[in-house]
Amino acid sequence: MKFTGTEKYVATDDLQMAVNAAISLQRPLLIKGEPGTGKTLLAEEMAAALGMKLIPWHIKSTTKAQQGLYEYDAVSRLRDSQLGDEKVNDIRNYIVKGKLWEAFEADEQVVLLIDEIDKADIEFPNDLLLELDRMEFFVYETQEFVKARQRPIVVITSNNEKELPDAFLRRCFFHYISFPDHDTMQDIVDVHFPGLQQEIVRDALEVFFDVRKVPGLKKKPSTSELIDWLKLLMADELSAKLLQEKDSSTALPPLYGALVKNEQDVHLLQKLAFMARRRG
Amino acid sequence: MLIDFFLEVRRAKVPASLREFLDLLEALRNRLAFADMEEFYYLSRLCLVKDERHFDKFDRAFKAYFEGIENLDDLMEQLIPDDWLRAEFEKHLSEEDKAKIDSLGGLEELIETFKKRMEEQNERHAGGNKWIGTGGTSPFGANGYNPEGFRIGQKNGRHGRAVKVWEKRAFKDLDDSLTLGIRNVKVALRRLRKFARQGAADQLDMDDTIRSTARNAGYLDLKMVPERHNAVKVLIFFDVGGSMDPHIRVCEELFSAARLEFKHMEYFYFHNFIYESVWTNNIRRMNEATSTWDILHKYSPDYKVIFVGDATMAPYEISHPGGSIEHWNEESGATWFQRVHDHFRKVVWLNPLPESYWGTGGSLGMTRQLVNDQMYPLTIEGLEGAMRQLSK
Repeated sequence: MKFTGTEKYVATDDLQMAVNAAISLQRPLLIKGEPGTGKTLLAEEMAAALGMKLIPWHIKSTTKAQQGLYEYDAVSRLRDSQLGDEKVNDIRNYIVKGKLWEAFEADEQVVLLIDEIDKADIEFPNDLLLELDRMEFFVYETQEFVKARQRPIVVITSNNEKELPDAFLRRCFFHYISFPDHDTMQDIVDVHFPGLQQEIVRDALEVFFDVRKVPGLKKKPSTSELIDWLKLLMADELSAKLLQEKDSSTALPPLYGALVKNEQDVHLLQKLAFMARRRG
Repeated sequence: MLIDFFLEVRRAKVPASLREFLDLLEALRNRLAFADMEEFYYLSRLCLVKDERHFDKFDRAFKAYFEGIENLDDLMEQLIPDDWLRAEFEKHLSEEDKAKIDSLGGLEELIETFKKRMEEQNERHAGGNKWIGTGGTSPFGANGYNPEGFRIGQKNGRHGRAVKVWEKRAFKDLDDSLTLGIRNVKVALRRLRKFARQGAADQLDMDDTIRSTARNAGYLDLKMVPERHNAVKVLIFFDVGGSMDPHIRVCEELFSAARLEFKHMEYFYFHNFIYESVWTNNIRRMNEATSTWDILHKYSPDYKVIFVGDATMAPYEISHPGGSIEHWNEESGATWFQRVHDHFRKVVWLNPLPESYWGTGGSLGMTRQLVNDQMYPLTIEGLEGAMRQLSK
């Protein structure tokens, strides 16, 4: 059972190591990182990749640790007692299972996501120490002992709004998702929007040359606008290195690759280049 | 695509995340901006900036990046080798040549052939019919072309260009590293809120009442709670006089905002650095001083302590007994500061001087070290950082 990222999720080597270590050593994995670096998504993708069910527990400022275990719904019981419902005699009917219980009692191993743990009260992590460590807890109302059939894989995310207690941290593996570097970002973009750049470039060319109409377009771009636009879209590829190489034979193919998909595109591009040259 | 642009925006300290960047790409996929820089500017700002404080930084980053792009060697020069476009070849291409190119078929072959040709000839080779036919046809393709007829639009040259939206920097004033007004200060201080219920229980707690009534098998059991209020307790020490004079206005603003925001706020004055006594009335400072020991004994460690001062003085005023410029101090300022720092759990220092002046040496460096580097500039951004630290 090894996690290597998924079609939709680019996992860097250090992240893969963290995930795999957490899985094999059965420790909760605490994920921190800048907003938007895919902390929550990680758990979803892990579950998908490992073929397990995901049980998400989204923490709010009002969430109590007890709610993750179970809640005793006294109000329903009161109402039922006044309606004379039979159910009222068995307190079990009013014990509402929490996410942790759900995860403990699953037949197959699941991924349990405790999302944004730092949103909760400062004592929240401490209240879950034993439960996460031993994967068991006691229900006082029914004098029942709940123990995990399969230890769930626990993923915990934090936005670092509050510091977490040391005792809690000691029990977790910790990984910080750093902001992706240029190459990783390229991978991420490719995974989410494959071929987007070529699409846009081709659209721009086709609109410019009236090959095709794009609905909702206010006006046809002028040549200089189009060239600016292409530059913007292509700036990443026109790296300094490429620009230094004045030898066009090496510069050309990669640019073509980024810009065009078929011969028609080549024609359009050459036409544009020609026009730009004529005007200049 | 646009990754460098995104990184540039982040380098300008606009807190844009990856998800917002993907949103921008999604928007581009839906063609919300298309071949129009102004549209793109609005769209990218919409996607990447979530607070008007950052508009100005974004504008600057956008400008820098856009200029960088404009200064790129002409894209077209890069794309198409010079000779492809030479009119003599364009004019003289025959139908045969065109047919030949079509017969080459497909982009792959086209590029391959092109590369081969480039390798074959290192010097320019005008005339031969083998040469460069590949590219030459395309520029005038099906539309037919007239050398004179192609001047479309006027060139919007780099020089006469009108001022771009992002160059106007209309949002300069909202940049949080610059201004500080009472309202802004209050908003920043509000971060330091910790609601608690203390005092007499005089409000009905609905939830608890229902719960306990239910547990009580239906017999009403009223539960009361005290009112919620901001329970944060704050001690502020202001540096007054001397080098602090230019910062009076901003300190006043901070003071009045803090006064309104915190129920439990105590303030004291000191001069340059904290020693064995501080005072609350600046005029009668000599006869109505409060002993620093008294403060340590009176206020519990959960008071949040804020020092406001420029920490600019002679280093011996901090490090040496007798260093104070106003009186003879038995113990050094550092010792006193350490005592305060040890007693209270959370201590920060707000400095009205811009962060770039701080450096690591001299009295400023010493103070930063004493306060465990929890020194923040007296800007909205700095204040927010300080409040976040205090509330952690």
